Amino acid sequence: MKKSTLWDWLTTVDHKKIGIMYLVAGAFFFVLGGLEAMLIRIQLMFPESNFVSAQAFNELITMHGTTMIFLAAMPLLFGFMNFIVPLQIGARDVAFPFLNSLGFWLFLSGGILLNLSWFFGGAPDAGWTAYVPLSSAAYASTGLDYYVLGLQISGAGTLIGGINFLVTIITMRAPGMTMMKMPLFTWSTFVASALILFAFPALTVGLFLLMFERLFGANYFIVEAGGNVVIWQHLFWIFGHPEVYILVLPAFGIFSEVLSTFSKKRLFGYSAMVFATLIIGFLGFMVWAHHMFTVGMGPVANAIFAVATMAIAVPTGIKIFNWLLTLWGGRIQFTTANLFALGFIPSFVLGGVTGVMLATSAANYQFHDTYFVVAHFHYVIIGGVVFGLFAGTFYWWPKIFGTMLNETLGKWFFWLFFIGFHLTFFVQHFLGLMGMPRRVASYLDGQGLNDLNFISTIGAFFMAVAFIILLANIFVSRNDKAVSDPWDGRTLEWATSTPVKEYNFAQTPVVRDLDALWYEKMKGNKRLPVAEPLGEIHMPNGSILPLIMSVGLFIASFGFIYHTYIISVIGLGITLGCMLVRSIKEDHGYHIPVDQIEQDKEVG
Amino acid sequence: MKQLIKLLPLTALLFLLAGCGEVNLTSLDPQGPVAEMQLSLIKLSLYVMIFVIVIVFALFAFVLWRFKEKPGDTHIPKQVEGNHVLELIWTTVPILLLLIIAVPNVMDTFTLANVDADENSITVKVTGHQFWWEFEYPDHDVVAGQDMYIPTNTKIIVQLEASDVIHSFWVPALAGKQDNVPGITNDMWIKAINPGIYKGKCTELCGEAHWLMDFKVIAVEPEVFDQWITNMSQPADEPATATAEAGRDVFQASCIGCHAVGGVGGNPAVGGPDLTNFGERTVIAGFLEFNDENLEKWIRYPAETKPGNKMPGFNLNDEDMKALIEYMKGLKVLD
Repeated sequence: MKKSTLWDWLTTVDHKKIGIMYLVAGAFFFVLGGLEAMLIRIQLMFPESNFVSAQAFNELITMHGTTMIFLAAMPLLFGFMNFIVPLQIGARDVAFPFLNSLGFWLFLSGGILLNLSWFFGGAPDAGWTAYVPLSSAAYASTGLDYYVLGLQISGAGTLIGGINFLVTIITMRAPGMTMMKMPLFTWSTFVASALILFAFPALTVGLFLLMFERLFGANYFIVEAGGNVVIWQHLFWIFGHPEVYILVLPAFGIFSEVLSTFSKKRLFGYSAMVFATLIIGFLGFMVWAHHMFTVGMGPVANAIFAVATMAIAVPTGIKIFNWLLTLWGGRIQFTTANLFALGFIPSFVLGGVTGVMLATSAANYQFHDTYFVVAHFHYVIIGGVVFGLFAGTFYWWPKIFGTMLNETLGKWFFWLFFIGFHLTFFVQHFLGLMGMPRRVASYLDGQGLNDLNFISTIGAFFMAVAFIILLANIFVSRNDKAVSDPWDGRTLEWATSTPVKEYNFAQTPVVRDLDALWYEKMKGNKRLPVAEPLGEIHMPNGSILPLIMSVGLFIASFGFIYHTYIISVIGLGITLGCMLVRSIKEDHGYHIPVDQIEQDKEVG
Repeated sequence: MKQLIKLLPLTALLFLLAGCGEVNLTSLDPQGPVAEMQLSLIKLSLYVMIFVIVIVFALFAFVLWRFKEKPGDTHIPKQVEGNHVLELIWTTVPILLLLIIAVPNVMDTFTLANVDADENSITVKVTGHQFWWEFEYPDHDVVAGQDMYIPTNTKIIVQLEASDVIHSFWVPALAGKQDNVPGITNDMWIKAINPGIYKGKCTELCGEAHWLMDFKVIAVEPEVFDQWITNMSQPADEPATATAEAGRDVFQASCIGCHAVGGVGGNPAVGGPDLTNFGERTVIAGFLEFNDENLEKWIRYPAETKPGNKMPGFNLNDEDMKALIEYMKGLKVLD
């Protein structure tokens, strides 16, 4: 029995199980990234500290950034998207269940590969942006090979996931759900997936160039051979800037759902919210060079990118005011999920205004690469993305795991985290202006930087304690069974049973308005109208191939890293072999018979 | 209300901290026109942003206070779709606010990019190395390591280059940063109003000793600067004592392969800061307090003292070490 459960998880193509696996793996990497963050802050607690060496510190900051962005924030969001989006649009599955599973296993094997660098010759140490030439073979050792290959593999997984969501949302919505009746979380998933589709190829190209330079002596970035080091920065940020929106737009979607549910109101200015999301997504691609104001692009480029960047404040402001007006006139409930959504508003506004300040190119020469920037992007990414993840955790936990998280512990968690977050990062604005560059392994005594660094580290401990309370919460509330619609929800995921059946909906629902479930509730209907009679449901078979394909690439990577190309050939052979098997083997899936669905209905 | 209270520390802290930090390091206490221009832009954007924050936080606090769920209240709020007038307002007002920042920003961006020479201006070529700085005065054939001497009230045109990886030249009290990019020459200008020693830092991660890649900009009166330039180009390399004389021999046996003094020695392929005016430095290797003990430690164990730097250790006997230190302390061009 145990073995078959394990086999079931390794081979599953069920979007809900894949979603849970994304959440578990993402949480694991979140803990790793958090530990790295704590080591960084402990090192910076006192001046000229020797808690870790400068080399180890550079590895810690590189891995903290890389882990949090690629292996924690994105997979956790993918977890929610996978689990929730098909339910929200009234679908039985995603468009490409096999690919979905492949995306997950690629992400996981890339993430594991990257972290194995700690044990084999040192982690990457050139910062998460891996600027050349510091990341070139002449200056960085094997750690950077792990970076290049690990991110390449997990990036491929992300790209596959993004494409899958795009197609799912375009083609699999329930009857009646026009694009302008989609819940905001689905909308933001859609836009973020489009961003993934356009942004990740730039990363892929950049990583390939760096890989070829490091492994095979290509010279795209080697100045002596006619290369240009700024090309990497452009490629990296053409990916890297949209990446910020890939993370924060789904979080915006979560806040829209949570704020609307817990104020018992329809989202204010729905169409403006949708267009703001689209505009943010579009502008996100136009402004990458604001990360490079000091690299010497000249005043014309700097001025253009400065103004274009500032423009993003407008749609973002529209969103903030729409959320405030959603709350206006509502009946606001202070659940933990909503506390995070409410806490997000002032936090993100603070992060947003420093974004405008940073966009001021002439002043950016003072801000750039200092702790002011560190403060800004942690306000945006923690105050935006992480708060969104926590809000989503408390909001959807009952649907995903079938239990209710404890609200008292939840509130302790929120307040400790909220206070710790502001304590840690607010003072860093001033550290930056007072002359503290980012990515410094330590700082000299007597420069006036001691006190604020100490305060910042205290705040980090608050956040760590808060997170431990969250883990405790998960443990103590494990037997507290949830009902199917605990929050009096508005969207379709709350119309499914808890736990959700493998086919999601016995009959595909008909959507008659935005917030379809709420609409039917207000009409006094117990159930959603359905689009079809009860019938057999076709489901895809599970497959072990995605896992083996990922393992193949994982093995091939070791061949590249240690220049033993026979291993690379074997690894790639495994992957290509799996692709061949997948192509020629017919697999029609299976059907769930009507009487089993009826039986489920009686039980549920 | 809680959010409003949170605002107070924001502004209070700013005023408190405006005088905070080390005078010659912080960008909040500018000592030259470039940093002044940048601080005024920072302030302008901050004031506009505080205005935004006040409005949003006030609205937010009011909403929370007014519409929080009361015990026993189960009414269903009115489902509002939106309001076009409101949406128009909060689209246009931010655009106007951004223009207030954008216009001066574009002007300043071009002003700061103007590196045209005037009749008094001086050009300094600054090269970033792992993990030290080189300052070349091309018009005077002078090269200095670690400390950048400039005359006060003079436009200094800084040409930035890098010999290995990317570095970034930042002197917060005088000007914001520009990157030293291999294969590219970037230009910026600075000006110091008052004589003083201004701290500079590398702000682009450049390897293990990145955090110790500090330097100083030493602004002196123009007469002193002229004196310095003259003496740097023809230093009187005559050790004052017999010990120092012996130290010079040690130096020429061990150090001169990498380090030049007075235009003699050094090796561009290997690198190593010019030591012509070494005795006038306030710190060793960019960060160690200047005293005999530290200098000896540095010469013997550079790899442990500043991990990642390229200088090999020299295991000299005590006598040679003492002589070398005395010689090096005597390397001065100004009284």
